[in-house]
Amino acid sequence: MIVGKRKPFEEIKDLIGPYKKVLNVGCGTCVAVCLVGGEKEVDVLSAEIDMARRLSKEPIDIDSITVERQCDREYLEVLDDKVEGYDALLTMACGAGVQFLAERFPETPVLPMVDTTFIGVNQGVGWYEERCRSCSSCVLGVTGGVCPVTMCAKSLYNGPCGGTNHGKCEISDDQDCAWHMIYERLEKQGRLDGIIAFTPAREHENQVPRTTIQPGYKKPESEQ
Amino acid sequence: MGSDNNFKSGSNLEKVLRAGHFAFTGELGPPRGSSAQEVRDKAKHLIGMVDSVNITDNQTAMVRMSSWAAGLIAIQEGLEPNYQMVCRDRNRLAMQADILGASALGIRNLLCLSGDHQKFGDHPQAKGVFDIDSMQLINMVKTMRDEGKFLGGDDIEEPPKMFIGAACNPFAEPHKWRPHRLAKKVAAGVDFVQTQCIYNMERFREFVKQAVDMGLTEKCYLLAGVTPMKSVGMARYMKSKVPGMDVPNSVIDRLKAAPKGKKAAEGIKMACEQIEEFKEMEGVAGVHLMAIEWEHKVPEIAELAKVLPRPEV
Repeated sequence: MIVGKRKPFEEIKDLIGPYKKVLNVGCGTCVAVCLVGGEKEVDVLSAEIDMARRLSKEPIDIDSITVERQCDREYLEVLDDKVEGYDALLTMACGAGVQFLAERFPETPVLPMVDTTFIGVNQGVGWYEERCRSCSSCVLGVTGGVCPVTMCAKSLYNGPCGGTNHGKCEISDDQDCAWHMIYERLEKQGRLDGIIAFTPAREHENQVPRTTIQPGYKKPESEQ
Repeated sequence: MGSDNNFKSGSNLEKVLRAGHFAFTGELGPPRGSSAQEVRDKAKHLIGMVDSVNITDNQTAMVRMSSWAAGLIAIQEGLEPNYQMVCRDRNRLAMQADILGASALGIRNLLCLSGDHQKFGDHPQAKGVFDIDSMQLINMVKTMRDEGKFLGGDDIEEPPKMFIGAACNPFAEPHKWRPHRLAKKVAAGVDFVQTQCIYNMERFREFVKQAVDMGLTEKCYLLAGVTPMKSVGMARYMKSKVPGMDVPNSVIDRLKAAPKGKKAAEGIKMACEQIEEFKEMEGVAGVHLMAIEWEHKVPEIAELAKVLPRPEV
């Protein structure tokens, strides 16, 4: 899932600035699962903002709503007849949701309340770890299911580097060396061959905005 | 010159190794400022003492005078540079541009490294580039030199001439993976490697034997890395704080046992004993002396290690 963390409250206050009537929009998918931008977190943030503005004698009129997914037109539609009259929209979605909301309501300022951090996994309640950089050319099949792009601090394809240190990474004793993990796992599986071979320089595909159209689908006429 | 004798780059280091001499290389860290004099001052201790001198590239991720520029000053002083290039600070365009420029200005050795993580340096929030890794850098330089092609595939009008080096760590775990790492560098096209500082001789002997058995030392020259210990404190620091370093307790004990005021001399003595063994060790083609901020001691160490005079080739 896409994981985020709430922005510092001071930054949130600065972003909202002079607006007097705002709608805080939550997202019911990834950010709800990682406990940052679902219905519950929307209510909490709205209450905090309301309180802070009252204390500073600049009251704000704030409403809350959570949609199923902000990265999906189908679910943004429900907002079409609701946004009028608001000075700004606050959103607790990931960066993709923020942009899709802003695209749908280009006349209205859209302000992010969350910093999108990574694509990751749920290690425990409230504990998430990054696992994917969406590089567009997955090598997990040859690296034993450990991503060298994400899990190696230098994103090396022919690791480890000289900083590998008793199974840990040179950056911290809390960080496992990705290439040590790759080696250990592949050795157990008896398939070290894939990493004995030289991996040539990659064609980095994540340097421009990417589009994916699945086989059998195409953009609707109006979008082309 | 070089090409007439079928040399890859015609560097002094290449010629010394090809002639079968036991090579001796040194290291020079560029200053954290723009003083050419500082480079010249360090260089003067090394002239005539080493076959080539590594010029570090933003070592420990601290901004320093660029490696190629300090390398040019070294050339003016009569020293042959071994231009270190890390993958941390440049993408493939900048790297290839610098390789062409360095070759144009007479630099003939290039050491391909990953580079310490930027987190350790003076700009910890910098974006680490790592567009390509050190293995891919080796292969890129080889392709530029031998096929006259850029990484992108276009022809190079006048290909650069570089003797291609890399680092080699015999000590990192898992040990049985280490010879395969070297084999991968050989497959990528490396001409010579310089190892991490060696203190665990037993482990090193085992590693070199494996490399010899795999035929790797016939395909690339292996220079054994030596750093004399200056003090017990340094030995302890190297053991506990420097990743990938293997310092046995016996090394620390021997330094401890040396009389007060004689610790550094004992460190140099230990280094010289190592060098004597390397001279006789099958598969070892030379020594890379990393006398960190101890350049002025190099003449003394070279003398005691009986590697002088350096061969004229």
